[in-house]
Amino acid sequence: MGEKVLMKGNEALAEAAIRAGCRYFFGYPITPQNEVPEYMSRRLPEVGGVFVQAESEVAASNMIYGAACAGARVMTSSSSPGISLMQEALSYIAGAELPCVVANIVRGGPGLGGIQPAQSDYLQATKGGGHGDYHLFVFGPGSVQEIVDITMEAFEIADRYRNPVMILSDGVLGQMMEPVEFPDHYEPGNIPKPWATTGAKGRPRNIITSLELDPVKLEQHNIALAEKYKKASQELTRHEEYMTEDADVVVVAYGTTARVARAAVDRARKAGVKAGLFRPISLYPFPSGALFDLATRAGAFLTVEMSMGQMVEDVRLAVNGTRPVHFYGRAGGMIPTTREVYGEICKVVEGRV
Amino acid sequence: MHEELIVAGFGGQGVLVTGQLLAYAGMLEGKKVSWIPSYGPEMRGGTANCSVVISSGEIASPLVNEPTSIIIMNKPSLRRFEPLLVPGGLLVYDCSIIDVTPERNDIETVAVEANRIADGLGELKVANMVLLGAYLARTGVVSPEAVIESLSKVLPPRRHHLIPLNKSALEAGLVIS
Repeated sequence: MGEKVLMKGNEALAEAAIRAGCRYFFGYPITPQNEVPEYMSRRLPEVGGVFVQAESEVAASNMIYGAACAGARVMTSSSSPGISLMQEALSYIAGAELPCVVANIVRGGPGLGGIQPAQSDYLQATKGGGHGDYHLFVFGPGSVQEIVDITMEAFEIADRYRNPVMILSDGVLGQMMEPVEFPDHYEPGNIPKPWATTGAKGRPRNIITSLELDPVKLEQHNIALAEKYKKASQELTRHEEYMTEDADVVVVAYGTTARVARAAVDRARKAGVKAGLFRPISLYPFPSGALFDLATRAGAFLTVEMSMGQMVEDVRLAVNGTRPVHFYGRAGGMIPTTREVYGEICKVVEGRV
Repeated sequence: MHEELIVAGFGGQGVLVTGQLLAYAGMLEGKKVSWIPSYGPEMRGGTANCSVVISSGEIASPLVNEPTSIIIMNKPSLRRFEPLLVPGGLLVYDCSIIDVTPERNDIETVAVEANRIADGLGELKVANMVLLGAYLARTGVVSPEAVIESLSKVLPPRRHHLIPLNKSALEAGLVIS
């Protein structure tokens, strides 16, 4: 690994994308993700890449569609309201089975909402977001280093599965600085893309489309997509456990909230309360199996989110009624404090909820 | 060692840079560090603050709600952050700008005439470095040498001619508390 540098999450994300071979970025400004396009606009020309500030998120997302058709390593980033505008194109890209990477630096909603951090786009990110039967692969990093590692891997996963990958970050992770290391030497996987529309000279033409008017064929396409997602659920799920071995209560949290939850678990342990943390890193596919396994040992679960309760639905599905699943959330840009989460842990342990 | 610090003042006083210097210095010394700014709309022309965590162990949360120390550069920030300081925590503030005194008596207080000292050095903008020096002298969270080394990493190249001045301001602060 190279020298340690202190970097903002958003800048680290952009640098990681470039290191992973991303040479095309199309985007439109919105707080709190502006460091990503700002960094890209400076760095991409240095490495022979292209940065375009589009006229809107709708346009930017369709530029992604076009570059992905041509087999390019391409990404965009935005924040919640901008990501909503991109849903049509994401449905088309997923339908046409194209690789790309999308970063959502989530802010509070609904509507224009605010500019402070939130996790209220979880359902949109993990359940499809646009129309039709599709999923993005979604990862929720919990540190600046993990943003780097996941972003670099995201391009490989996108190419391997021919599927869009979303990095679900938020205002805290984006603005926060932590030491990071980039690998000294990194060779992109260079997975062949014989399907790409690169000019049909000397070969039959490739057609990329999400249109299929024959319902028999369209059903087959949907079945193939479902099989892809099933395969991904066996290969891409990942999570981290902290002090769960003997936990009476396991906090389930991802991203920024997992950081706060970990501090709350530390505080609980100091007070003699057996608390642990289960941190999903892949949000789709969700680490349901590992969580179900944990439910055979843990007393109860407490899901903590910066939303009014979204991931908690997946937690309840995974635990499948075998243990109580409680919820604590803050919304609109408010971040749960260590003290609050510790208080909720105590309530669960003392049976006050 | 586990320090949770908030640096607060007006935008333009070097609040964010002060925090970054500490974080960078901590990283150079092999400690775990995190830095996060406030980034709300209140920053535009108003108050700014950042949270820094420096620890010998893993940092759970980078968010600081109960600081162990605060460096305060204006009156509104004193009012806002003094109540959050843990009992026995350290308050370092610029008493040449802030015309009120801290209210709590269960904390350690270091009053520094940072603005006046910086003025004496010929540049008001290095008042933050005077406060940082006073803070380091009291806490020893990182070494002054690591902060000086961090200056060239944190300051943009167009400000590098100011590094000797920043160093002098830091040294002026180091001998205060």
